[in-house]
Parts: sequence; structure tokens; C-alpha cells
Amino acid sequence: MSAPAAEKIFGRPESLKDVATHYCPGCGHSVAHRLVAECLDEMGLREKTIGVPPVGCAVLAYNYFNFDMVEAPHGRALAVATGIKRVRPDSFVLTYQGDGDLAAIGTAETIHAANRGELISCIFINNAIYGMTGGQMAPTTIIGEVTTTTPGGREAKAHGSPIDISRMLAVCEGAVYIERCTLNSFKGIKQAKKAIRKCFQVQVDGLGFGLVELLSPCPTNMKMSPKQAWQWIDNQMMKTYPLGLIKDTTGYEDK
Amino acid sequence: MPSEKKLMRGSDTLAEAAVRAGCRFFSGYPITPQNELPEYLSWRLPQAGGTFIQAESELSAINMVLGAAATGARALTSSSSPGVSLKQEGISYLAGQELPAVVANMMRGGPGLGNIAASAADYFQATRGGGHGDYRTPVLAPAGCQELAELTFLAFDLADKYRTPVMLLGDGLIGQVMEPVVFPDPIDPADLPPKDYILDGCAGRAPRAIFSMLLGQQGELYKHNLHLQEKYEQITADEQRWEENLTEDADIIAVAYGTASRIAMSAVEELRAEGVKAGLFRPITLWPYPKQALRKLAQGGVKVAVFELSAGQMVEDVMLSVGERAEIHFYGIPGGVIPTPADVIDFLRSALKGDGKVGRRVEI
Repeated sequence: MSAPAAEKIFGRPESLKDVATHYCPGCGHSVAHRLVAECLDEMGLREKTIGVPPVGCAVLAYNYFNFDMVEAPHGRALAVATGIKRVRPDSFVLTYQGDGDLAAIGTAETIHAANRGELISCIFINNAIYGMTGGQMAPTTIIGEVTTTTPGGREAKAHGSPIDISRMLAVCEGAVYIERCTLNSFKGIKQAKKAIRKCFQVQVDGLGFGLVELLSPCPTNMKMSPKQAWQWIDNQMMKTYPLGLIKDTTGYEDK
Repeated sequence: MPSEKKLMRGSDTLAEAAVRAGCRFFSGYPITPQNELPEYLSWRLPQAGGTFIQAESELSAINMVLGAAATGARALTSSSSPGVSLKQEGISYLAGQELPAVVANMMRGGPGLGNIAASAADYFQATRGGGHGDYRTPVLAPAGCQELAELTFLAFDLADKYRTPVMLLGDGLIGQVMEPVVFPDPIDPADLPPKDYILDGCAGRAPRAIFSMLLGQQGELYKHNLHLQEKYEQITADEQRWEENLTEDADIIAVAYGTASRIAMSAVEELRAEGVKAGLFRPITLWPYPKQALRKLAQGGVKVAVFELSAGQMVEDVMLSVGERAEIHFYGIPGGVIPTPADVIDFLRSALKGDGKVGRRVEI
């Protein structure tokens, strides 16, 4: 009598290498990496994918993702991705960028890639702080948030208000899908995966630029426990960055 | 087959030569005096099945080129001095990631916004790396349209051969002048040797990553730097190019490149007609500098007279080449002012006499 065939119901996505990451306990990057990898696997895109990581905490993402990747200078991921996609339109091109990379030093590259409607999928990790450099103010740092360069908390008058780049991008004609999700709860993560899949589909269907913003906890630099950092996203960060669909001109029925 | 002879402007020549050399990607940002180049490619590249993008900035333009190069395309960007300053970040990354690309700089007067006249004040920036880190880029300095066409081909070949950014260093005058050109045989990009490092999706092979950050504790960055330096030594040994005119019996040898060399050559010819034994040494590669070739000429009491459209930059390489083997004189015109052959004749006469009236004697 033969044993019943084993059915694999859970495992490491092929798009993720079998290595330990350098991310801190409670950080959102590991979860975001996994969601990206799962979606690429499920959509059969891994072997077509060329990824561009940011400068920031995810700068070493090419050590974790199991597909072709090229490093970009800080903020220039979407310019590099534009060059890739235009030369190889059949590739699936992905950028994975933090808030400093995408919404401060790379603001021009971000807005113009979106405005040109480049067929690129952008995963935007918003943790409201500069992680890699040790906790300085980010463009997305919220009012009152204490960072190493806003020791008295961010003030609009002195430091400017937090930038909502996703809403800014929504006015660009070429951006067809923008959604903000969170990585601090199971429900949030589930929705984030749905959004990432849809964002990838936008590129596969050749509709235009797609971006998913992920609110992501940074317990180390917030000087909080992981649990506190997750709660902070619920209690503080979402007031500035409410979750939900920001733009959708895809025409997909699920919207 | 080579093309028919055509009368073409310098910027158009570079653009057409790039397409014929297999370049299928250009990204740039408008800046005078080189706008004719992107304007030409805006219609010519799509015609050849390539991509032209007017980028939002020089930063973006050079990084689009980086992305295109990572996928294996022959890629070009062009600008003029202030724009090339902005491109230095990307050039450093291209050098660190060992990606090929061609960057054309049609130099204008500086520093700062300067003016839009032809100048040659970016020599240091071009030949010393320009951006951060220990790297060099081969720098080719054309003196006319025919040479510009040929050096454009060479620039793409060197970029691919050594996996390095290569700079074509011209100026506003080289870009604007119209001269007859015969283009070399066109290259079909499909016929170029395959590149084993490019990103085209990992189907059937292990994923590849192209990066310059080496944080390892086992001296990875140190080793990478040694590897780069070995490459630069190889380029220095194999890729020096220059031209000698009437140097064999010369009492005075002018040293000049690009537009300045055209003026200097006119001066040399006029002096020869008057019986003065003048010659011209014209570096074509500014890095690697043709040091040994110039050193060989610096003997037997010959005087070396450096003429530049700058306050004195290449003269330092001449000093490094010649040392104390010969008297070195310098005459430089900064700020986008173009002198006449008569000015250079005065300089060469003054240098021969050693009266210090035009230019100055350079002390090592």
C-alpha cells in the first residue's frame, strides 16, 4: 500500500533565497520581501524579473531575492528601472524603495517615471524614518515624531510637513494604480499581498505605472518593542497615511 | 560598407556614429552647446529600433544609461560641463559596477554656469575620474568630425572591452563645426559579442546581481579596487593614442588637443612656412595620457609648448611626462575665449626666445 502523496501547502518561495536576512526583529522588510516573492512565484514572473533595490535598509536585497538585480545610486532606482524596461520590454521590472530613497533624494525620478507611465512596479516601504543611517528624520516622518535629527519631534514650521508621495503621484496621468497598505497586522499583510499582485498585473497588462505603499514598522530606530512599533502604526502613522486605494484607473473589475 | 562622404555637424556626427556603432539607447537632458545631439537621436534612434528618452535631469539620464547598460545595450548620454558634473555620481557607479557606457561632454566655459562658448576646462574632471572613488575613465578627444565618428566607434568598443564608462571629450566648437565625414561600417547590435554578466531574466541560469557595495569583512572592496586598478593598468599599457605632426626635426613642439590642436596646427604650419622648425604633438587619449610618446620627443634641447583652452590642466600631465628633459612653456585661454593662430604663433615665438612675453615657463 503506497503512502498518500504529500501535498506541499507552505514553503519558501522560489523567488527568495534560502538565507538569513540582516533585518531587525519586528522590521517590515522581511514580510514585504516574502510578499513580493510569493506574488512573483504565483504569477510565474521570477525568471523574467529584473529588480532594482534602493539605498537604505534594503540595499542588500539582491542577497535575498532569487532573481536578477542591479544596484542603483540612492534615489535613482526608477531611472535605472526605466533604462532596463525600455531596453527589455519583455522583462518584469520591479523597484523596491524606502521613503528616503523614493520620496526625498529620488523624488524627481519617482514623479517623472510615474508621469511617463513607465511599465514598472514599485514597492514603496514607508517606515517614517531613516533606518540604515540610524534613525534620522525621513520625508515621511510624522508631526511630533522624535528622530535623531528632530530630537524635539518633527515640527511643520521647522522641518516641513510629512510628504504624502503616493497621493502626489496619483495626479500623474501615467500612474494607473496606487494603493496604501500596512504590514503591522495579519489583515494588513493579506491586503498588502492582494495589492502587490494587482500592481504586478498592471505591468503584465501594460497599463502603466503601479505603486504599492507599505506602512512598515521600524522598532529599532523608533526605540520600541516590535509590538509597540506595530501599535504605533495603528495609533499614530495611519492618521497621516490612511490606508486604502489611492488611484485605480486599471478598469479591473475587483476595484 | 563605409558610408558616402557627407557634410555633417559635429553633434550630428557623434549621434549618427553612435547609432552605426550599435548604440540603441540614449538618455539626456537639454543643455547648450550640445542640444543638436539629442535632437538628432530623438528621431534617429527610434528609426533604428532604439530608445531615446529626454530625462528629467542629468542624474536620471546617466542612471537610465546605467540600467540600459546592465541589460546589455550599448548606451550613450551626452551633456556639457555643468550637466556632466551632475552625471559624475552615475559615472562612479558605472565604474564601480563595471558597466560599459559612453558619455559625451561638449565642454563650455566654467566654473559654475560659466558661458556657452567652447572651452576645455573639464580636463581634470574627465581624466581624474571625476566622481568619488579610485577609478578612471578612458577619455577620447576628437579634433574634427571624421575623427569624432571614428572615436565614437572606438568609445563603444573600449567600453565593452573593459566594462567601463568612456568619455568623449569635445567642446562647443567641435559640436558645431560642419565637415565632411565618412562613417565606418555600421554594426548590428545582434552581431556584437555576447556579454556574460548582463541582466535578462534568470531563466535557465542562476540569478545575477550587479552592484558596487562590498561590505564584507574579508577585504572584498579592497580586492575589487585592486582588480579595477589592474584593469586601468591594462588600459594604460594598451590604449594610448596620439598624433605627431612635424615633430622629427622640431626645435619647438606644441602640445594641444581638440579644438586647441586645430589652432595650434595652423600656427605650426605658418611658422614652418617662415622656416621655424615647429611641430605638434596631439594626444587623442587624454587618459591614458600618451606619456612615453611625448617623453621620447622631449630631448636634444627641444622646447615643449603647451596650449590649452583652460587656465592650465593638461599641462600637469605634460610635466609628468616630460619632467626636466625639456623646457616646458604654457599658454592657456580660460573662460570660453577662442584665440587665433596668430596668438599661438606669438606664444611659440616667445617660448623659443624665452622672453616670457606670451604664456609662461613652467617649473617642475
